[in-house]
Order: sequence, then C-alpha cells, then structure tokens
Amino acid sequence: MTQQPFVVLDNVAKRWNGQLGVEHVSLEIEEGSFVALLGPSGCGKSTTLRLLAGLETADEGRILIDGRDVTTSAASDRNLSMVFQSYALFPHLSVAENVVFGLKVRRVPRAERREKLNRALTITGLIGYENRKPGELSGGQRQRVALARAIVAGQRLCLMDEPLSNLDAKLRTSVRKDIKKLQQELGITVVYVTHDQTEAMSMADKIVLMQEGHIQQVGTPGDLYNKPINTFVAEFVGAPPMALIRSEALDGFGQGHRIGLRAENVSLASEGQTRMTCRVSESEFLGAETLIGLEHEQATGLTIIRPGLSPMTVGQEVGITFGDADLHVFDAAGNRLAS
Amino acid sequence: MNSHVNLERRRQAIYGWLLLTPAAILLSIFAFYPSIATLWSSLFSRNTRRRPSEYVGGENYTDLFADPTFWLVVKNNLLYAGVTIPVSIAIALAMALWANSKISARGFVRTAYFTPTVLPMIAAANLWLFFYTPGLGVLDQIGGLFGLPSVNWLGQPETALWAIIIVTIWKEAGFFMIFYLAALQTIPEDLKEAADIEGASRWTYTRRIVLPLLMPTTLFIMVNALINSVKLIDHLFILTKGGPSDASKLILYYIWEMAFAFFDAPHAAAMTIMVLLVLGIVAAIQFFYIDKRTHYQ
Repeated sequence: MTQQPFVVLDNVAKRWNGQLGVEHVSLEIEEGSFVALLGPSGCGKSTTLRLLAGLETADEGRILIDGRDVTTSAASDRNLSMVFQSYALFPHLSVAENVVFGLKVRRVPRAERREKLNRALTITGLIGYENRKPGELSGGQRQRVALARAIVAGQRLCLMDEPLSNLDAKLRTSVRKDIKKLQQELGITVVYVTHDQTEAMSMADKIVLMQEGHIQQVGTPGDLYNKPINTFVAEFVGAPPMALIRSEALDGFGQGHRIGLRAENVSLASEGQTRMTCRVSESEFLGAETLIGLEHEQATGLTIIRPGLSPMTVGQEVGITFGDADLHVFDAAGNRLAS
Repeated sequence: MNSHVNLERRRQAIYGWLLLTPAAILLSIFAFYPSIATLWSSLFSRNTRRRPSEYVGGENYTDLFADPTFWLVVKNNLLYAGVTIPVSIAIALAMALWANSKISARGFVRTAYFTPTVLPMIAAANLWLFFYTPGLGVLDQIGGLFGLPSVNWLGQPETALWAIIIVTIWKEAGFFMIFYLAALQTIPEDLKEAADIEGASRWTYTRRIVLPLLMPTTLFIMVNALINSVKLIDHLFILTKGGPSDASKLILYYIWEMAFAFFDAPHAAAMTIMVLLVLGIVAAIQFFYIDKRTHYQ
C-alpha cells in the first residue's frame, strides 16, 4: 500500500445561500511540502484554506489530515496553526503573550512554554521585543510575531492566508525567503494562499491554481509555466502573461484554435522571416530589460523582451518570429491540445 | 529664530484660544461659577426674617455630620450605587454579547433591550408603579397565581430601596449595552478565529481577549453609571418620594428637599459641595488609576 498523503481534500464543496464558494475541490498534499493556493480574488482559494482550517464547514466532501477524517472537527482539534492576512494579533497582549497564547490555553507547563517561546522568537528574530505590544511594532515585525505564534506549538501543518499582502514590495521579497527557509528547516507542511503568482512560483513545491471556485490546474511551478492546461492558467501565470493568438493569423494551425506564446520566445524578425507584423503599443523599461508591448488585431498580450534599455517608438511596425516548438495550442474552449 | 515662525506660532495660539473660548465661557457661566457660588453660600447661615445671613464657616457641614437623616441617605446612596453599577454593567455586557452573536431576530433583540432607555424616566417610573402596586400590580397578580401574599413593594422600608434599584438597573442596562455593542463591533472577527485555532474555548476567548479589549468602554460606562447613581432621581418623585421613613431617599433627592421643601439653601449647598468633592475624587481615581491599566487601540 502506498503511503497516504498528509492532507487530503476529497471533492469538497461549500456554498453560501446557493451562491458558489468552491466546488469539486480534490487535492492531495504530501507531508513537508509547500503548497500555494493561487488565483484571482474571489476564486475560492481563501475559502478552501478556511475549510481546511475548520473556520468553515464543508457542505460536501471529506477532509483528511494525517489520515484522520476532520471534516466536522473544530478548528482546535485539527492540530494546525494559521497566519492571518491581518495577522490577527491580540492588541492588548505583548509579543510574548501573543506567541504563547495557544500554549497557555492548552495548559502547557510554564518551563516548556518559556523554552518554546524562546525558540520561536529566536527563529523569527524577535528576541528583545518580548514586551512590546503589537501596536508598537512595524508591519514586518508584526508579521513575524504572527509567524512565531504559528510555529511555537510545533504543529506539523501551517496555513497562511496572504501573509505578505500588507508588507511593502521590498520587505515582501525578503520575508518570502525567510518563510521558505523556515518551512524547510522545520520540515512543516505549509498551505499558502496568495493572489501573487510571483510568490507562488518562487516558494511553492506545488501550485493549485483556482478560478471561480474550481481548481484549474495542480502542478509544480514548472508545469504551470510550461504546460498550462488552459488559457486561464496560461494568462495567469508568468509575467508578462502568455500572449494568445487566434489560429487564423498563422498558417497551419486550423480554425478556431488559440495559440499561446511566451514573451521570451518571441524575437524581432530579420528580413523575410516575419511570421506576424505588429505595431508597437508601449515600451516598459525594467532595468535589465525592456518589455515592448505589441498590438495585433488577432492577438492579445504580445510582448517582446529586449535586453537593456532599448525602447521602440510607439506606432512603429515590426515583424516578429518564433519557433513552432514554443507554441501552446488551445482549442476553442480554451483547453490545451496535446501536442 | 525667524520672525515668521514666531508669528505663525502666535497665530496658532490665538486660533487655539478662539476655539476654546465658547466652551470656556459656557462652562464658566453654567458650571464653574455655580460651583464656586455654592461653595460660598455653604459657608453662610440661613437668611431668615429675624436673623440675617452671616458667615459661619464649616458649621453647615458639622450640622450635616450630626444629622442622622444625612447618614441614612448616604448609606442608601452607597447601597444604591454599589448594587446598580455592577449589576447594570454585568447585565449590559451579557446582553451585548448575546445581541452581538449570530442569532436570528438580532435586530429585534437589540431594539427590545434598548427600549427602556428611550422611555423618559418619569414614564418608566409610572410603568413600574403599575407593576409594584399592591393588589392591582403585575407582580402581585403573578404572585397571587402561586398563592403568595400581596406585598407593598414600595410601601415598606425593607423593600422600597430595592424596588427603586431594580427600576434603575432596568433603565440603565439597555443604555450601557449600546456602548458595549459598539465596542464589540470594533473587535475584528479574525481575533476570534485565531483564538479558535489556538484552541481557546468561547469562555477563554471572552475572558482573555474580549473583556480586556472592552476595558476602555467599561471605564467610560463606570464613570457614567457612577454619575447617574447620584443624579438619576426622577423616579423617586413618582415611586416613593424618598419614603417610607427615608428608606429610599437618595442624596440628590435630599438636597432638593432641603433646598425647595425646607428652604434651607445653605445646608443644601454644603451637601452639594460634598457630593461634588466625592464625585471628583472617584472620577480622578478611575481616570488616573484604571486608565493606566487599560489598553486603548
């Protein structure tokens, strides 16, 4: 018999007054992995996390954690911790009191409590802040308190609900690395909700991309990037997103299909090699490279990446070329055709 | 320093004083001056046709300390405050916690709890007069069903003050509940969720998280309740007029009686000063001591 996955969601559904929350969510999570639930706002990723946490109860389906059916268990019986988007720190308690709150509630002896507190504060770099109130900390420090509270009890499953969305861009990148390192060092399983595909791509072992309450694709970041299962995934993952071209614009791809193309696979055509002629709509300088946005009436999101500072005049006509091997073919409904 | 900085600072100061002036004038005319005048008149004897008013120093105060009715009234008021304040706060908190939870007919519950507050105290007192009336009253009617004897709740010294206390609690709890409800709604939902995940029971969450976060509100309500326990005497006029044999007489009612029934303004003034003093001290303790141990968001 093969080993049972650590967390299993089996055909889970949740509706509110007939309105769709999530449906047909089936997912298996291995112990020690980092799983990102990714999707635009309102796609059901937070609902899925809350169902897993026990903050909502599933209308249909089963949830198993560590082989135990927890579908109807209370949040406290599921042996997990959670980091909230707003951090949900108790404003009247000090950092130390916030972190050990759960241990106190669960009547962990004082000596053990102090030891675990010290460990959690050391890991999160909060030594020296024990007696501060959350109101006296910066956003990044508050975030670390929330992390410390999540790891202090040593639960094997940690849920994170957009923990970085209240931080500024620079801090986000560094905390991202910290969280990933923490997860690997502690060997815990993390389920991480985000709408930011960069976060998901850089941290996760496995990404679950959701839209309108349904899972679109589950796979490694590489799978999602290189083999998007449909046009939604193709356009959601990657920056800049994948361009989609109607097959009528190209020879040999039939009727009614759509062709996906990544910006890094597009190049300016030399004389006689042009496969499409487009008009430059914008130039965006990013430092190491310049993104040239292109307009074509049969395509959306066409972009070329050019190294360094090399803007092009808006309105200029350019010819582009690309190799057939880099094309992704989708049918009229948007699903990937096996190549 | 540059002269324009000086000018700017002076302009700010003038603005500040201009903004404060209306309140300062009104307070001076209607609060500070009357207080000082009261203090002044409490130091003089009563002006009668035979003996004109003269300076007597603390004599009015020593008279009061020797007056058994005064001590009875003080005792009544202490009991009245000591029961109405904690009980109405506790009931208000319980009602607010309930009316804030996810129950059906929540709007109805809130309105129902708040209704006593909307009624004028005089109307409420008349309502309760009907409850308490021996024989006819609702309480006696209900008691009669179980074969209990008729009780004149307002007419006997043992029960009169308690009857008054119950009316006050009934009136105030709904009012305080509104403050608690408002404060409860400022507590984010995810604190409850975080506590749930950490394994805190409903009771632990309430005791360790909700009550501390409600402390500023509790402090505000305590000050209000304390002031009300001295100033809210409207219902006495309808229900008992302080009787029987002063059993339900409160200090402000006694002051009113002293001034406008016995026409003894100096003693009334002396009592007023003592009430102001005590209220001032208690308010200072509440604000300076409890305030320090209270978390404000």
